[in-house]
Amino acid sequence: MLEHDIVIIGGGPAGMAAAVAAWDKGATDIVILDRDDDIGGILRQCIHNGFGLHKLGRELTGPEYAAVYKKKVEERHIKVYYETMVTDLTADRVVTASNRDGILKIKAKAVILAMGCRERSRGALNISGKRPAGVYSAGTAQKLMNCEGYMVGKRAVILGSGDIGLIMARRMSLEGAKVEAVCELMPYSGGLTRNIVQCLEDFNIPLYLSTTVCEIHGDRRLEGVTIAEVDENRRVIEETKRYIPCDTLLLSVGLIPENELTRAAGIPIDPITNGAIVDEHRETEVKGIFACGNVLQVHDLVDYVSDEAEIAGMSAAELVLNGRTDGTAVNTAAGNGVRYVLPQRISNTDSDVALFMRVVKPFGKVRFTVKSGDEVLATAVRIKAAPGEMEKIVVKSSKLALAKDTVTVSLEEI
Amino acid sequence: MERNITCIICPRGCSLTVTVDGENTKVIGHSCPKGEKYGIDECVNPVRTVTSIVRVTNREDTMVSVKTADPIPKAEIFDLMKLIRETTVEAPVKIGDIIIENVYGTNVIATKDIK
Ligand SMILES: Cc1cc2nc3c(=O)[nH]c(=O)nc-3n(C[C@H](O)[C@H](O)[C@H](O)COP(=O)(O)OP(=O)(O)OC[C@H]3O[C@@H](n4cnc5c(N)ncnc54)[C@H](O)[C@@H]3O)c2cc1C
Ligand code: SF4
Repeated sequence: MLEHDIVIIGGGPAGMAAAVAAWDKGATDIVILDRDDDIGGILRQCIHNGFGLHKLGRELTGPEYAAVYKKKVEERHIKVYYETMVTDLTADRVVTASNRDGILKIKAKAVILAMGCRERSRGALNISGKRPAGVYSAGTAQKLMNCEGYMVGKRAVILGSGDIGLIMARRMSLEGAKVEAVCELMPYSGGLTRNIVQCLEDFNIPLYLSTTVCEIHGDRRLEGVTIAEVDENRRVIEETKRYIPCDTLLLSVGLIPENELTRAAGIPIDPITNGAIVDEHRETEVKGIFACGNVLQVHDLVDYVSDEAEIAGMSAAELVLNGRTDGTAVNTAAGNGVRYVLPQRISNTDSDVALFMRVVKPFGKVRFTVKSGDEVLATAVRIKAAPGEMEKIVVKSSKLALAKDTVTVSLEEI
Repeated sequence: MERNITCIICPRGCSLTVTVDGENTKVIGHSCPKGEKYGIDECVNPVRTVTSIVRVTNREDTMVSVKTADPIPKAEIFDLMKLIRETTVEAPVKIGDIIIENVYGTNVIATKDIK
């Protein structure tokens, strides 16, 4: 069995940033394991621009953002195992992986989970019809088009108006396809306004809200879909059904964190985020195992992925180099209007802690209040809040010291 | 001509009404000067960064991603796309290499390394 101080599972933006941060803290015995033939993760197929504005101060495409971090990994001579699939993880930090050379077992002092997420597929939906060719998840279509140069179709309908769906609507239009419609089940889009303007309005693509695809037509190749409006209980309104001919249906209906290994190690998972329960160091409930990036919570901005991964990387290095003694611990909780708060636990109230959260639905102007018992620890006003945009509120250590009980974040419209 | 657009400069997303009239183009609905400038630019001379892919001829099933080094006029997007589709390159390619020179006042450059 091999031994390393820090083993990082996944070499996407999260894994790379965690490795660099841990190395810079002084832990230099680090390995990254990735099942792909290159590091960079999902960014390798995201050829559009819009990455890095917060973190690097300039607007890059996905491959360029990945290259910035790959260079940092290479400069530090951090060892990367390519085409190496991690198949098992235990609570005492034994990582099992397989590649062309066979089975690899590594005992680590700290493990960082950075496996990203995968897309929900048609199986997770309730669309009737056969299984003709031409139905893809949006990310699969993105990979086929952008990495292999394979055009998936000429006339498309897209289900789901999150950023991936919007980006693919533009991508197909640019390549000469006709995108007939983007349908969104919810009464609002989960995508950034910027993407609605630049991906749909620029190309005159209609966005139908409170609308779903209820039937798929065609035997071998897709011939068309039936779309329909839904009521407030998301049930199809029969009279609104209509047929749209198309040869391609892209599904952009959500991402699920890849937590098979997390479960294998017996790490408790938050049912709302679908990622591990962590403290402010991004350490899971199993000591020495950390998580960051999309495997922990689905992010819309890669910049925040890198930030989160740096916290995990530095904390893992700290643990390996110095050990750690935690102070008073408190839990966090989501109150009125808030869907979840991360971290779910604060192990040490001695330093400032940034809380990340998502709201349950779109709001106008709101005030967030962070409270423990009757004690107000922080407030923050936002001119707008939407489920598609992650919020961040920093709680000062001087205030955290007053938290005797669960720290709850709630919001009120003002 | 009057146009209703959403300002995308910051998350506030103000709804702007732009009265397009050459030099005298006016914006209402913005909450800050940046929004006013965006409203005018977007209606008088809208520009976009275009990203796409170009086939690498000496590597199997390989595409190199590319972008315009600067934004180009929105009206030229489809002409540029046609040009990009007709273009091929040979590996190796490095990030920043010029793939198509001097089009619409800028260059199309590579955004990926191909060894
Ligand atoms: C289609 C799409 C468009 C996006 N557009 C934008 C945008 O415009 N702007 C923006 O800021 N953000 C955008 N994002 C978000 C951002 O790209 C992601 O949040 C970010 O890439 C997540 O990074 P990650 O490292 O957590 O995961 P990933 O990038 O998914 O990386 C995970 C890595 O882990 C590896 N892996 C997984 N399981 C194993 C295993 N068992 N063994 C070995 N290796 C494994 C994978 O091969 C992969 O390399 C987009 C995301 C998607 C999916
Ligand atoms: S007008 Fe100003 S405040 Fe309003 S969205 Fe634009 S940049 Fe933001």
